[in-house]
Amino acid sequence: MNVVQSVDSVALLPAYLAAGTAVLVLITDLLLARPRATVVVAALGALGTAVGAALVGAGGERRTFCVGADCSWIFGGRAALVGAVVALLTLGVLGLSVPALRAGRSPVGEFCFLLACSMTGGVVLGAAGDLITLIVALETLTLPLYVLVGLRRGSLASAEAAVTFFVVSVVATTLSLLGAALLYAVTGGLHLDRLGALLAERAELRDLPLTTAAVALLLLGLAFKVAAVPFHAWAPATYDGAPLPVAAYLSTASKLGGVAALLAVVQRALPADQTGPVLALLAVLTMTVGNLVALRQRRTVRLLAWSSVAQAGYILAPLGALALAAGRTVEARDAAYAAAVAYTVFFVVLELAAFAGVTALRPAGADGGTLDDLRGAARRHPWRAAALGLALVGLAGLPPGLAGLFAKVTVVRALLDGDAAWLALVVAVNAVIGLAYYLRVTAALWAPTPAPAPTLPGGAAAVPLVGVVGVVLAVATVAAVVLGVAPQLVLDLAGR
Amino acid sequence: MSFGQVLLVAVLVLPALGAVAVAATPRDRAARLVGTVAAALTLLAAVPLVFGGRSWFAWSAGAPAVRPWHELDLPWVPGLDLRFHLGVDGISWPLVVLTALLTLLCCAYTLWRVPGGGSGRALVALLLVVEVGILGTFLALDLVLFFLFFEVVLLPMYAIIAGWGGADRRRAARKFALYTLLGSVLLLVGVYVVVAAAGTADVVALTGGGGLSRGTQIAAFTLLALAFAVKSPLWPLHSWLPDAHTQAPTVGSVVLAGVLLKMGTYGLIRVAVGVAPEGARWAAPVLGVLAVAAILIGSLVCLAQDEIKRLIAYSSVGHMGFVLLGVATLTTTGIQAALIGNVAHGVITGLLFFLAGAVKDRTGTGSLAELSGLRETAPRLAGLLAFAAVASLGLPGLAGFWGEAFAVIAAIQVGGPLWTTLGVLAAFGGALTAAYFLRLLRRVTHGRPSTAVGRVGPALAGAELTAWAPLVLLALAIGLAPALVLGVAEAPVNALVGVILP
Repeated sequence: MNVVQSVDSVALLPAYLAAGTAVLVLITDLLLARPRATVVVAALGALGTAVGAALVGAGGERRTFCVGADCSWIFGGRAALVGAVVALLTLGVLGLSVPALRAGRSPVGEFCFLLACSMTGGVVLGAAGDLITLIVALETLTLPLYVLVGLRRGSLASAEAAVTFFVVSVVATTLSLLGAALLYAVTGGLHLDRLGALLAERAELRDLPLTTAAVALLLLGLAFKVAAVPFHAWAPATYDGAPLPVAAYLSTASKLGGVAALLAVVQRALPADQTGPVLALLAVLTMTVGNLVALRQRRTVRLLAWSSVAQAGYILAPLGALALAAGRTVEARDAAYAAAVAYTVFFVVLELAAFAGVTALRPAGADGGTLDDLRGAARRHPWRAAALGLALVGLAGLPPGLAGLFAKVTVVRALLDGDAAWLALVVAVNAVIGLAYYLRVTAALWAPTPAPAPTLPGGAAAVPLVGVVGVVLAVATVAAVVLGVAPQLVLDLAGR
Repeated sequence: MSFGQVLLVAVLVLPALGAVAVAATPRDRAARLVGTVAAALTLLAAVPLVFGGRSWFAWSAGAPAVRPWHELDLPWVPGLDLRFHLGVDGISWPLVVLTALLTLLCCAYTLWRVPGGGSGRALVALLLVVEVGILGTFLALDLVLFFLFFEVVLLPMYAIIAGWGGADRRRAARKFALYTLLGSVLLLVGVYVVVAAAGTADVVALTGGGGLSRGTQIAAFTLLALAFAVKSPLWPLHSWLPDAHTQAPTVGSVVLAGVLLKMGTYGLIRVAVGVAPEGARWAAPVLGVLAVAAILIGSLVCLAQDEIKRLIAYSSVGHMGFVLLGVATLTTTGIQAALIGNVAHGVITGLLFFLAGAVKDRTGTGSLAELSGLRETAPRLAGLLAFAAVASLGLPGLAGFWGEAFAVIAAIQVGGPLWTTLGVLAAFGGALTAAYFLRLLRRVTHGRPSTAVGRVGPALAGAELTAWAPLVLLALAIGLAPALVLGVAEAPVNALVGVILP
């Protein structure tokens, strides 16, 4: 037996690029010690990673680190999509954090290095072919975030947020690991495809109580990461305490990572008849609780956080169709997975645009503030407010935010293809609840300012726009508009 | 592309470009002028749609039930079964022209007077966006595209109410947005129930049932009918309407009552009944009972109203009840009554809201208790109000008559104890309609001038006359020659009824 594995370095190129970025950032920071250079290196690295992932993904599926037919690294269409989107989101978040970095709220070198590390986790995650790679990648994605969340100097809220996030996340990882270990104990396999095949072939394994427990533990651990109800309590506090760009990263790239992990295990490893009902229940709870609590929020980032909890529900919803027998035909299953991926892509673009809009309307380095701070923003900054408004309306799923509308349409369609009309109705009713609070924020942007309010620091005065933030906002908005006109781009990529 | 296809695209693109141009024009008055020109061009593009394209083949079993005069079919999002499929026929054309006309009149009216609250420029741009949505809804021959345009209207209309409305505008606007969104998400689910079962979203292919099973049709019809009942609105889902109409600025009320409600009734005929006829037959008695309840309750509530705009708003509930009763009969007479009732209500209620807005602007109040003796101080305004009210109560010879009369006749023709009772009750509702409009006239125009009315001068502005004259003429024209609407609608309605009856 050949002990030396042949390694397909082309398949690994995106991971090399991402990890290389992190190392390069560290070296640049040490040698040059010039913040501008560090940020530029990180940005170029992220861009390179995105391009690399797209190029490798365009060339068809590549596998490496194989034992027999089972491979730990499968870089196909979905991996390329996840990798490229994570890298681009990292780039966007880097742009959003420029004002805060310039204001000296966070150390530049550390910030960029940690962000690049997290990006590496995200890129690897999409291509993970076994449970260990998957969980290690997920941890690589999350671990730097504990520090990033707490990186705002002199902010107690930031430190509290970091501790909350850390404790909850570690518990979640433990659950996932336990689930993975139990699965290994039952089947003797760790590769996702092998697990899937084993559990499908041998019904007696599937019926073991231990398997059910393992599946449940693994799913619940991952549900923490996407902040699905009832494992969501960390999200609002963490988002609100974190610096704005990090909150943006948490609700976009980190969430995408969680979804990718969840999809990997649900699609390839675990039996649909066991995961379906759990996911359907999680989806219903997540969207309903998220939307209802979001109705009561007065702080901008908290509102966005709760809304992103609700959005996680819409992402999980198509997978809920697996709960029904009709949802487990091959076409319906594929449609459900593709719909979840497509929704996630539409969502992260709109969410990044929304965070970019909030960042652009707030003073450099400030937190998200309350809704009153955004009141009347459209009179001072019509373009920035319009972009934020478009993103919010898109998140609500209404024209002119066509990207969001098509996202909802995709989910509803997948559900009805899987015969889960009741879940489609739940999604529909939740869209109405969602509109109530998105409309409140959007209307506040155009509302007349009650009186000149000198007591609101930075709220009433015009905020100078930092160029990079403006660029991120513009690019995210343009991307949202383009996806709104040509949603087929995402649907094609998601279906691969 | 044929000339007809160019016109179809122009009808949607002109107002959209107009909205962009309005937003890009820096000076307020110039921008409003640009918007008015765009609306006028849209009307010019909409009218000639009636010509040509009727070289359709004779009646045959294999012919589709929807035969558009002009058609445009382009792929858009194959992954969602969404095609950019537009078409116009005798059912949609009168509504398209009505929409284009009312938007033009509203834009022209805005040239003269901008309601307080925001810039006139933004208002005109929003009106044009609303127009795009409504026209798209009437022209769409793809279920998903229909849904898309249905949604387009929501937020601009919200902004019009919330930005330029009366004292309680925010609450009214929010209620409007949430209620109608509930309707459109039900529409979304209903549309995909059909699409998932049939594998296509093409209205032409689906009309007549398209081989859908009875269960699917009942589920689809229930969802679609609920969606359209919110929009129409059908009692008991109407409660957003009085607030929205009362709080909206005059032009907003005109568009809301004149054409926005028609999206519901049009959708019911074209989509719900057309796509799920078996479901429609199953639900027809319920729909009929609700429609008659709407007529009676709307009329009774009107008798107790003390605010002029609110009264007219509630009268819409009653009038749309007649339209829905016509649809519920599922007969040629009934559906034709619904179509002409739709158009007539759009013309007359548009006029009524213009007049009520003029009265409120002049006197500063809409309360019936503070209005009286208008004919003493402003005889021409009072005369027009009387004309519109009489047209609305269904005096023979004016537009309102045909829809109400034929809805009742259609119900009687269907026969059986249920429909006969419904017909009789609806006729009684028609009498109540006369009662509350005459009460309105007695309170507002007759008697001695109140202090609020005493200040009003007799003059009418040129812009007002320009905006009202076409509606007055149309109310007369449709009343005297209903063939204007029925002539173009006859063939498509016959074809539709041909496939929905077993």
